[in-house]
Amino acid sequence: MPKTRLFLERRSYRRRRMMDIVRVLPLLCTVLWLVVPTMWPNSTEGVSETQTPLSTAIWYLITIWGLAIIATFALWRRIRNHDEEDDSHPFDTPGS
Amino acid sequence: MVTLNQLIVVCLIYVAGLFLVAFLAERTALRGRGGWLLRSPLVYTLSLSIYCTAWTFYGAVGYAARSGLEFVTIYLGPSLVMIGWWWVLRRLVRIGRAHRVTSVADLISARFGKSNLLAVMVTVMAVVGVTPYIALQLQSVTLSVSIFATPDLTNGQGSQSTDNAAFWVAAGLAIFTLVFGTRNLNANERHHGVVIAVAVEAVVKLVALLAVGVFVVWGVAGGVSETVARIDASPIGTWQTSDGRWSALIVLSAAAFVCLPRMFQVMVVENDDERHLQIASWAFPLYLLAISLFVVPIAVIGLEVMPAGANPDLYVLTVPLSQGQNGLAMLAFLGGFSSATSMVIVATLALSTMMSNHIVMPLWLKLSPLGGVQQSGDVRSVVIRARRLSIILIISLGYLYYRGSGGSGALAAIGLISFGGVAQFLPALLGGIFWRGATRTGAIAGLSIGFIVWMYTMLLPSFGPDGALPASVFEEGLFGWGLLRPEALFGITGLDATVHAVWWSLSLNTLLFFIVSIFSFPTPLERLQGAQFVNVFDHSSSSARGWSASEGGAEDLMIMSQRILGAPEAQAFFARQALQQGRVGAPPAPTPEFVQALERELAASVGAATANAMIGQIIGGQAISVEDLLAVADESAQILEYSSKLEVKSRQLTETAHELSRANKKLTQLSLQKDSFLSQISHELRTPMTSIRSFSEILRDMEGLSGAEKTRYASIIHSETIRLTRLLDDLLDLSVLENGQVSLNQQPVNLNTIIEQAVTTAKASSARQLEIHRRKRSEDVDLFTDGDRLAQVFINLVTNAIKYCDASVPVLNIAVRREDNEVIVAFTDNGSGIPSEAESLVFEKFARLGRGDGDGAGLGLAICREIVTRLGGDITYVPQDIGGSFEVRMSCTTPEKQSQRLLPV
Repeated sequence: MPKTRLFLERRSYRRRRMMDIVRVLPLLCTVLWLVVPTMWPNSTEGVSETQTPLSTAIWYLITIWGLAIIATFALWRRIRNHDEEDDSHPFDTPGS
Repeated sequence: MVTLNQLIVVCLIYVAGLFLVAFLAERTALRGRGGWLLRSPLVYTLSLSIYCTAWTFYGAVGYAARSGLEFVTIYLGPSLVMIGWWWVLRRLVRIGRAHRVTSVADLISARFGKSNLLAVMVTVMAVVGVTPYIALQLQSVTLSVSIFATPDLTNGQGSQSTDNAAFWVAAGLAIFTLVFGTRNLNANERHHGVVIAVAVEAVVKLVALLAVGVFVVWGVAGGVSETVARIDASPIGTWQTSDGRWSALIVLSAAAFVCLPRMFQVMVVENDDERHLQIASWAFPLYLLAISLFVVPIAVIGLEVMPAGANPDLYVLTVPLSQGQNGLAMLAFLGGFSSATSMVIVATLALSTMMSNHIVMPLWLKLSPLGGVQQSGDVRSVVIRARRLSIILIISLGYLYYRGSGGSGALAAIGLISFGGVAQFLPALLGGIFWRGATRTGAIAGLSIGFIVWMYTMLLPSFGPDGALPASVFEEGLFGWGLLRPEALFGITGLDATVHAVWWSLSLNTLLFFIVSIFSFPTPLERLQGAQFVNVFDHSSSSARGWSASEGGAEDLMIMSQRILGAPEAQAFFARQALQQGRVGAPPAPTPEFVQALERELAASVGAATANAMIGQIIGGQAISVEDLLAVADESAQILEYSSKLEVKSRQLTETAHELSRANKKLTQLSLQKDSFLSQISHELRTPMTSIRSFSEILRDMEGLSGAEKTRYASIIHSETIRLTRLLDDLLDLSVLENGQVSLNQQPVNLNTIIEQAVTTAKASSARQLEIHRRKRSEDVDLFTDGDRLAQVFINLVTNAIKYCDASVPVLNIAVRREDNEVIVAFTDNGSGIPSEAESLVFEKFARLGRGDGDGAGLGLAICREIVTRLGGDITYVPQDIGGSFEVRMSCTTPEKQSQRLLPV
């Protein structure tokens, strides 16, 4: 078996960390979208003073949405550039 | 006011436009042009938007008007899946491309040993789950038409014209799908016409919803801040979603996004380039964000401006209409129309592929007479006919469901039920691509229980009490068992109905799938496929060798492939494969690799299970065993081990070859030495023999010899005989020494005694006078050695000095000196010494300097060297200013050490 190197040069190291973000980002979004709203005061249980206005909820969700899109876009830019440099990337398919 | 006729005209123009676009796309693709657009990531992303159906176009606003922000969950789920593309979608797309998967049923069936039973199950579940969804699209079109048909804006009461609308829409969609969806059999080839039409419709629905949204926010509400104020002041102005529903719906929509047959079709089957997926990972969430951005504002304004009885599902249409914006309403109608039609087209396409590949074709294979695959005639027509039939069947089912259900129920409710049905594929799908331990039995068990629970808790109750289930079942449970009440399974009450159904169906599904998988054992083919699916990134190009075909099978395979792929395509494929095998002008040999490749090619047209069965008919069963499996798995390891062994072996061989060549060289040298030795011996023996023969002949033949002459000749013969004897003695001596057969008689001796003995013996045997200088004191050294042998060496050296010293007054100087543990005896004469070129030769056998009287055989010094070496010492020649010196170096240690230093004898 080919030995894998233990340490990488700076650029490959950065690339690996970008892939780490790609993996972690959906988990982060899950927490922010799926878990956080369930902690908001609910109008069906709480008194009216502690209720969350709908506009606040909308702004929150849209902000996370926008940030997630920007993050995935930026990651795509980073990884795409590396695609062009590196021929052995798994995305390279013949005839494409 | 827009009249119904105007609407129909616009609609027809729009549909004609779609047909034209699809037709142009097909033609462009056929000519090999326009790839930049047809295969672009933009079109891929837009085609994903068939997720947003009429349910999300109309229903989302109605949903928001009823339950606030809850509608957004059905967008958040898919966004999460897209953002997490790296985890699931990337794997799915790769597997789909590597295994030429045609549908979600095909993927699950292929993963679990190409099981047709699983494929049929998934197909049936998909049809049952998606049919209400298709009905929902027809219903939404009808509803939207009814708005224009009944100007009083109350809910459409089903006039004759709107009912006909559903029929005509269904018929039109069937025609479009038939025309553009069955042009090519290979499901992996893109349906360019369909995809481009879907992309156009995606743009239309987004633009329509954005236009209505912009109009509502800036045209009606009067700006962003006013809209926000109105939202918070509205009846839905607070966060009122229950925690359970919020998370359950996000999970459900994420699951459905992956499992929906139409999503699988555009995302995996029609995927052209894996990189598009990554672009869609940000572009599709952006699309979803844009399409959901104005949903709440439209709902809030709708609640404000519309009368209380108005259907909130139609606010997208009715709000612009109520404000007199007829053009905008028309655009909104087209948006909703687009959402409905694109969904129906792709869903029908996906379902018809599943139906024809997994139900119709296997049945046809089974029902057609023996060897059905090998009959003459084109099977393609059968497959295409099966697919067309399926399309008509599915659209008819949708239409009938719509008629049967009477168009009742809120859009969102039907949509969620459909989601719940297809989400049951998720455990088998994810388990199949991540877990090698998942088995066919486990998948069947999980799917069955999930489907049953979904039917019982979600689909059947949706028809209401006494609809599909009697009211008594709702009250008391199935068979009167309280634990089996459809909305409170196992006696757990208080859960929201949707959460309840999703929770129980998915968790029981997963649990049973897991447990049955753990305790069942997969067939070899399942294990093989499992390894290939789970490790798709390690060896997506490698093929599993499951077939063993005989040479005769190639013809039959060719006939069958021609009938499924078409003659030119099949011939091209066979020629390509033959070329890869290095055969020119001959059909390819049916190697396991070739049959595997052919199976994949066929699978792209008819699905994995059917392709497997067809090839099985010809080749006669799959020759695969657990041993084969293990062999495949171990192959790489074995190759590695073998090559490393080879490396070691070849290194050893090289070393052995070197050794052999060294030995050969040595042997050649020895042989040469032996030859020269023999010729020397012959020469040495011949000289005395010749004179012995001559003189003995004289004595025999000559008469009249005097007594003195006789005596003289006889003594010559005698001396020559002595010389011969000495020569033979020397040779024997040398041979014994060289072979190491000499036994040394080692004992303590004094050097002085030995030198004394040697000098006396040498002087006595020679007439020539030699002056010998010695220092007796330094000679008093005790040695542990063989005194006789050492004396022999010394005698030889002294005799040589007597014989060969050419000084007028020959003098031999015998000096003894000590160096550390060694004693050195130097015999130095005052002659001319040995010429430097001969120095290296003096110790060789038969080495004689070309002078002197020559009675020696040239063996003396060779014997000396052998003896001294045996005694653990050393003899060298050291040239001096005057004369030369032979130095004998001996060790003078204790007997024990001496014996250790001796060479083994």
